[in-house]
Amino acid sequence: MRLLSKILRVGLATEPLAPGGDDVLRLLHEVDARARQLFGRALAIREVDAGSCNGCELEISGLMGPVYDSERFGVYFVASPRHADLLLVTGPVTRNMAVPLVKTYEATPAPKLVVAVGDCARTCGVFKGSYAVAGSVDQIIPVDAFVDGCPPEPTAILRGILAVIGRRR
Amino acid sequence: MLGGYGVGAVGALLMPGGRAGRGIAAFGMVWGGAAGLALSLQVLLGGAAFTLEVPTLLSIADGLAFRLDALGAFFLGLVGLLAIPCGVYGFEYVGAYEGRYSLRLLGAMLNMFLLTMSLVPCADNVLTFLLMWEGMSLTSYFLVLTEADEPDTIAAAGWYLAMTHVGLALALAGFLILAANATTTAFGDLRTAAASLTPAMRNTVFLLALAGFGSKAGIVPLHVWLPRAHPAAPSHVSALMSGVMIKLGVYGLLRIGLDLLGGGPAWWGALLIGLGALSAVVGVLYALMENDLKRLLAYSSVENIGLVFIGLGAGFLFLGLDATAAALVAFAAALYHALNHAAFKSLLFLGAGSVLHATRTRDMNRLGGLIRGLPWTAAFFLVGALAIAGLPPLNGFVSEWLLFQSLLPGIESRAPMVAPLMTLAVSVLALTAGLAAAGFVKAFGITFLAIPRSPAAECAHEAPVSMRVGMGILAVACAVFGLAAVVVMPALAAALAGSARLPVPVPGFGSGVSLSMPSGFARMSPTLVALGLILITGAAWLVVRLFASRWPVRVSATWGCGRVVQTPRMEYTSTAFAEPLRRVFAELYRPTQDLSIDFHPESRYFVQSIEYRSEIVPWFERYLYAPLVTRVRRWSIWVRALQSGSAHAYLTYLVIALLGLLTLLIVRPG
Amino acid sequence: MGYVLEVAQAALALALAPGLAGLIRWLKARLQNRRGAPVWQPYWELAKLFQKEVVVSSNASWLFRAAPFIVFASTTAVTFLVPILAVPLPFDGLGDLLVVVYLLLLSTFFLSLGGLDPGSPFGGMGASREMTVAALAEPTVALAIFALALAAGSTNLGQIVARTMADPGAFLSPGHLLAFGALFIVTLAETGRLPIDNPATHLELTMIHEAMVLEYSGRYLALIEWAAAVKLFIFFALLGNLFIPWGVSVVLTPTTVAVAVASLLVKLVVLAAVVAVLETRIAKLRLFRVPELLSVSFVLALLAVTSSFLLK
Repeated sequence: MRLLSKILRVGLATEPLAPGGDDVLRLLHEVDARARQLFGRALAIREVDAGSCNGCELEISGLMGPVYDSERFGVYFVASPRHADLLLVTGPVTRNMAVPLVKTYEATPAPKLVVAVGDCARTCGVFKGSYAVAGSVDQIIPVDAFVDGCPPEPTAILRGILAVIGRRR
Repeated sequence: MLGGYGVGAVGALLMPGGRAGRGIAAFGMVWGGAAGLALSLQVLLGGAAFTLEVPTLLSIADGLAFRLDALGAFFLGLVGLLAIPCGVYGFEYVGAYEGRYSLRLLGAMLNMFLLTMSLVPCADNVLTFLLMWEGMSLTSYFLVLTEADEPDTIAAAGWYLAMTHVGLALALAGFLILAANATTTAFGDLRTAAASLTPAMRNTVFLLALAGFGSKAGIVPLHVWLPRAHPAAPSHVSALMSGVMIKLGVYGLLRIGLDLLGGGPAWWGALLIGLGALSAVVGVLYALMENDLKRLLAYSSVENIGLVFIGLGAGFLFLGLDATAAALVAFAAALYHALNHAAFKSLLFLGAGSVLHATRTRDMNRLGGLIRGLPWTAAFFLVGALAIAGLPPLNGFVSEWLLFQSLLPGIESRAPMVAPLMTLAVSVLALTAGLAAAGFVKAFGITFLAIPRSPAAECAHEAPVSMRVGMGILAVACAVFGLAAVVVMPALAAALAGSARLPVPVPGFGSGVSLSMPSGFARMSPTLVALGLILITGAAWLVVRLFASRWPVRVSATWGCGRVVQTPRMEYTSTAFAEPLRRVFAELYRPTQDLSIDFHPESRYFVQSIEYRSEIVPWFERYLYAPLVTRVRRWSIWVRALQSGSAHAYLTYLVIALLGLLTLLIVRPG
Repeated sequence: MGYVLEVAQAALALALAPGLAGLIRWLKARLQNRRGAPVWQPYWELAKLFQKEVVVSSNASWLFRAAPFIVFASTTAVTFLVPILAVPLPFDGLGDLLVVVYLLLLSTFFLSLGGLDPGSPFGGMGASREMTVAALAEPTVALAIFALALAAGSTNLGQIVARTMADPGAFLSPGHLLAFGALFIVTLAETGRLPIDNPATHLELTMIHEAMVLEYSGRYLALIEWAAAVKLFIFFALLGNLFIPWGVSVVLTPTTVAVAVASLLVKLVVLAAVVAVLETRIAKLRLFRVPELLSVSFVLALLAVTSSFLLK
């Protein structure tokens, strides 16, 4: 019962998504209208860790929690890329993760989008030039948007995802 | 009918082998089967019995007498029905034995087997019955022994021979007690004489019949020959043995218990239900753990015979309680399940034979992906698997529904211990249905789906036409028996009516497409359910075609979390599939595990090989039969002392025996 | 007229089922102090899935592509047999409670085969676990059916509902309540809800239902998800209408049908709330503890039969 009374006491913890902060978002190209129309209300995301330090993962995990609550926008996470519409890729792509990343991309049914999260995903960050790194995400699979930051805030990531599907809030 | 099988037998013996020899044998089987089926239908639907007497042959024991009444006609029809597809199938199947084993013997024995099996239900006196029964056992022994090169065959045949003769001895004892009071050994006289037997004698006869015929039927604990003999025999022989021969055990029990003795106290039924429930659960649990496809099917036969015995037990129980209408329904439901089991189990065995023919292995852990190489076999096996799992709208579901419904009146009964027994029976029925479904998802899924697990499975090829036709006939039969329940049930009830105190005006079981219980308790329509399913599937497909996207289907690698390659080693195995159930029922299985890992000599981080061995306890073999066999061996060694080889000793035995007989004649003259 | 109602009933079930799943999800979100997706979110998800490409494994056979249709068809067929809005139904003679249970087992059978076909270990694991849970839930279902049938005199669904409506006192009888408890646990097991299976998990080793559908995409996935939602709807409708049948229309007039729809919605919302609170409160059981829970439900069903028998 303590749990239920605590739930009632806390109430709704979701914060409204603050506007602005578009400086960290880089849309590589205008997203296909068809994809925008299809994913406007329901978007399934498969998160792929292509060798990150897990800093971005921690921020992304906040997205599913009560404060940032991506689900209110119809954005939810799925386990299999076959169920996914959008791949959320983090980390400089390490050599071991290059092939799995490509396989994940191939396993995702069309139409699909890719958002690369974090500085490492765009520029390999501090790992640039390392022997273990194969390249940035757009060198391995086609990317639709980058969200800069090390790590970016959950609001930035969420706004990036929403921008890619054409839902600016 | 005689002509058909006779031609087949003699022809097979005389032909030099090759296609013609196989053809003659198969032709004989089909002709004989069709004739038997026609005869049985004539008796079942016509109502008049068919008699034939040959009193001069072997007149010392009242000669041979044949009388085909409705009950026997059902079982004769069963033999004939299965002889046809198995004959057609066998034509190509035994082609693989060319040069390795004697096809003449196989063909001859198979036709004789079918002949004797057909004549068992026709027998009208003790001699005929036992002669035919023994003939059936001997011919099937030789059939099991066909593949004598395989390691387990001889042992399996030995077990089978021993148990079938023990069963024969017990059944013979039962018949002799019955005949003690009667004038002749004709069944008619036995029936009238049985009325004057004391209850203790009747109970003894029933128990002896149960033990004798039960061992042929394969109920626990007399089932141990089944999982050995059925896999060892050629597949169409296994189909016949599992489909028909074990049903003749049911026939024997019904003949003695129901027809000759006319039913008995309610505890007979309770005993049958208990044994049936035990067989059903043991059978399905051991089937789940099997990796050998044919052994899995054999254990599944044990399970289904258990279900038939539950129905029979309910019938005897209701008869003992004078609820004759409910008894009739229960018996009819049991017979219907026996019919359906014959259809789908044979289909499954023929399918397994096709797999064996293509890949030379029965081990499911070496199969897989066969749906591509053997599409027809896969489709037929799927029909069989759906039927045996009791899924609508096929025949297995209809007979399980009928068994459920026949048990229901018992739950309301106020007689002592009936309601708990019925509740037990219902739970066991449901549990085995669920477990059987799980077992056959495993059997079909691991054998036919996914990727081939061995090179043999990779290059498997489809079965030849005759084998496919044989399987096809049975698949159609499965569907027909499910949809035509309204017609089949009254026919079965008619087969039983008149025996014992079962009511002769047979109640209706619904009309048109709807099957209903005579008490009005429940109704359902397998035909309309099937129709509905087809319509909805079609409608769904159409709607999806119209409204879904027009993207073409893209073929890609299986999603494996991005792993680089997929090998067959990464798939689920048959052992793995059954593992959760093995854990759940660990108290019964008492699984032992033995894991040995060979590490690389240089470093423990690298593994060279892993050997994993897991065994479950075969309770009956280890704790019942092994001590029994050891004891019998010891006695035989002790008794062998009598065979000293000395003529003097033998003469002494003769004298003692003569003196004993003379004394006996003096003491009890006449 | 009755046939129109049958079709309307099935259409209602198909239409409301995703909403029911969405309602449970929304309630769980609120209980997690989140705003959550709106109740009609599953409809958008289904619509989107129908427009997506289908990717099929190279190991899969025709069974993989046929299975979603068979699963959907058998679940939809059940909606024609279950008393959702009215009794007696013209299709009552088509199938009773046993037919319903075995049609659902048919859908589980094909879903498991569909999981095994691509040759993925996840699919095999899901199939094996799903068949284990289904097999162990069967005896409970059979006994619960018989407890109800004992009281009603038939396994015919319409008759069971009519009988309970005619005898309001029977609602509180121990047999009834125990059977409800047993069937509730079976509902959680068959529809893949906590504590047996977490519908929202992403960890493959904790999945049962999800693991079998990991390979499906596009319209096949949509059909399977929809069928799962319909299965949930059917179980809730059974729990509501068999045990608390008031509101189900006996005479077909517009007002009674409207009342039937309203009472159905009330029952669904109440059951959804119960399940949502339960899922928030309870943690998932380890797979090998699930048989213990199912045996508890079996004992409840056994007690239900015994008490029905003794109190007759």
